[in-house]
Amino acid sequence: MTAIRLALLGALAGALAAQSGMDTCVGCHGALEGPLAKPAAAFEADVHKARGFSCVNCHGGDPTVLDPAASMSRARGFKGKIDRRATPGLCASCHNDATLIHRFNPRQRVDQLAQYRTSVHGRRLAAGDTRVANCVDCHGVHGIREVRDPLSPVHPLRLPETCARCHSDSDRMKGYGIVTDQFEKYRRSVHWEALSRRGDLSAPSCATCHGNHGAAPPGVATVVHVCGSCHVVFENLFAKSPHKKAFDELGIPGCVVCHGNHEVARPTMALVGVQPGSLCLNCHGESDKGRQAAAFMRSRIDELATALDGSEEILKRAERSGMEVSPALVELSHGRESLIRAKVELHGFDPVLVDGSVKKGLGIAAAAHRAGEKALQERDFRRKGLLMSLATIAVTMAALWLALRELERPGKKG
Amino acid sequence: MFRRALDWVGNRAGLEGAQDFLKHKTVPVHSGTIWYYLGGVTLFLFVIQVLTGMLLLLYYRPTPTEAFESVQFIVTQVEFGWLIRSVHSWAANLMVLTALLHMFSVFFLKAYRKPRELTWLSGMALLLLTFAFGFSGYLLPWNTLAYFATKVGTDMAGAVPVVGRFLRHFLRGGEEVTGATLTRFFGFHVAVLPGLTTLLLLLHLALVQKWGISSPKRPGGSGPAMPFYPNFVLRELIGWYGALGVLGMLAALFPWELGTKADPFASAPAGIRPEWYFLAVFFTLKLIPGKVLIFNGEALGILVFGLAAVGWMLVPFWDNRSEDEKRHLALTGGGVFVIAYLAVFSALGYWR
Repeated sequence: MTAIRLALLGALAGALAAQSGMDTCVGCHGALEGPLAKPAAAFEADVHKARGFSCVNCHGGDPTVLDPAASMSRARGFKGKIDRRATPGLCASCHNDATLIHRFNPRQRVDQLAQYRTSVHGRRLAAGDTRVANCVDCHGVHGIREVRDPLSPVHPLRLPETCARCHSDSDRMKGYGIVTDQFEKYRRSVHWEALSRRGDLSAPSCATCHGNHGAAPPGVATVVHVCGSCHVVFENLFAKSPHKKAFDELGIPGCVVCHGNHEVARPTMALVGVQPGSLCLNCHGESDKGRQAAAFMRSRIDELATALDGSEEILKRAERSGMEVSPALVELSHGRESLIRAKVELHGFDPVLVDGSVKKGLGIAAAAHRAGEKALQERDFRRKGLLMSLATIAVTMAALWLALRELERPGKKG
Repeated sequence: MFRRALDWVGNRAGLEGAQDFLKHKTVPVHSGTIWYYLGGVTLFLFVIQVLTGMLLLLYYRPTPTEAFESVQFIVTQVEFGWLIRSVHSWAANLMVLTALLHMFSVFFLKAYRKPRELTWLSGMALLLLTFAFGFSGYLLPWNTLAYFATKVGTDMAGAVPVVGRFLRHFLRGGEEVTGATLTRFFGFHVAVLPGLTTLLLLLHLALVQKWGISSPKRPGGSGPAMPFYPNFVLRELIGWYGALGVLGMLAALFPWELGTKADPFASAPAGIRPEWYFLAVFFTLKLIPGKVLIFNGEALGILVFGLAAVGWMLVPFWDNRSEDEKRHLALTGGGVFVIAYLAVFSALGYWR
């Protein structure tokens, strides 16, 4: 029955193809039902179709021939369903061709296959494990869209979910010895918050740290570089810090020791110092020099934050009283910058470095506080002045009124 | 000694005439006499404006790069600069208020009737000049609110039928509100408007002197009166001191805000609105649809407001009952309606 339908459809599609140049693959598969119809339907939205490619470019065969048996014959190069191991090579037959690809997008890279071969996915596939991801698992098949298309599974907003399709599947991950809670943790991170809530498409997702085509877990030695690709200043400070050498010797990674990896939380000052809950205590013992340094840096930063808050409070009070204190508030914002700088400099784990910024900020906070006090004194002076002026005015008005009454007293001659 | 000095000046300046004039000048006394003082208080506030304006001129610099900073310098660094600037701003607003009250009191007392039509017209022109003072002065600190309010205001001027485009270009000194607008507004504010106001004020006062202060007609001649000097002058002085007290209180307790420096490239902040005395017109124009029949809504609104203002100014010429002091219910009702409209629409414009 199916053979008869295919023959009839083929004849019809062939007739149409002959007249209009129509693709008989799409003609037949579009008229079918079930799984065989899906590729034709999905291909309608495919970026390759929009660029003028068709089924034949991947699957071979002859889309101009009426007879399905002939158009899908091996003799005409028909490949049928692509073997998973062959997929990367097949995609690369075009995507490795700079001349071809740059006709459509001059900025597109053409080293995806080379990168893929270095990835865990690529290496496992080469070793015969066909359960690992290849191009179509991430980009889709037949309905492939551009990365910038929000419906693409590799659009920045959708990529974490795409990776999680496999990596959160505990059955699928069984045997690979890797955890499956990355996505869950990532969705509690500041990175996900920036990406999903603030819509910052440059915020990190899976591929930013692990790579996309060359996806691999960063090793101990490279974690700092991965984070440092965005957090450059922190990387530089850490590289010069005493922690760098100690971490290297202990064989533990950098940033993630304190900040975590997938679940990077918003850092607070509670992480620093010697109070319960501080991360410094995880390594530094009671009489440790590092412990003293942590206590010192924390207390200095707290001191600056308190001083800045106090200065802001007094300036705001003066502002609410109608005093013009905007220049002092601008100055105070420079003090806030010093506080931020001191917190950044914490990553150098050098008390002297942190203290430099704290001292500068404290100087600014003190000047702002003085400006606030001066403004409040000025406000009080104005109010006293007003009171005295109003009293003088009232007395003068009363005197004038009395003079007028005296002048207009009945019987008094004007 | 003082007496001798006074006599010396009097003999040479011929002040005997003035003394004689003051001795004989009287002011009518009746139930509406209290309203007479509003004109004097407005004059007092104008003098305060001139004096404080001259002091501000010592430091103010009318360029987009320096205007805001110079005003900031005045209110933060110059000794009592804050007071001068705050008094100048508050006095401007109080002056508009007292001028409006003065106008309505003259309107309801029908003091514009023959032969005081010119006094009314010169007073109306002075009120318009007061508005112009407010509008031009508002931009001078070059802060965000002032910048965008001027943009909106000059856009409204641009909607005036026929001459709108020219008017907007003339006011702005170009297509946009720029440094050229600031220089222009500064020129209007400190030279053109004070000059015109002084001339008109002299005319207004001369007319008041010529025809005397209006009083209700009484059967059997004029009613009671009080000597202008010292009785009326002393009362006026009490009014001026009262105004000074209110002004000082406002300036010291609610110093006029400076805001943030204007950034022509920033988007307009929410809630931009003009000064309170333009709010009713501003809000009404906002309510008018973009197109009314085949006409541009805003242009039509401005045309209607313009015609209403002209009608109001010409009231002495069409109020045919004022001379006999007959009640003109429609006119009095119209006056009450105008006050109610201004109050309600100003409040709506402020809160919405």
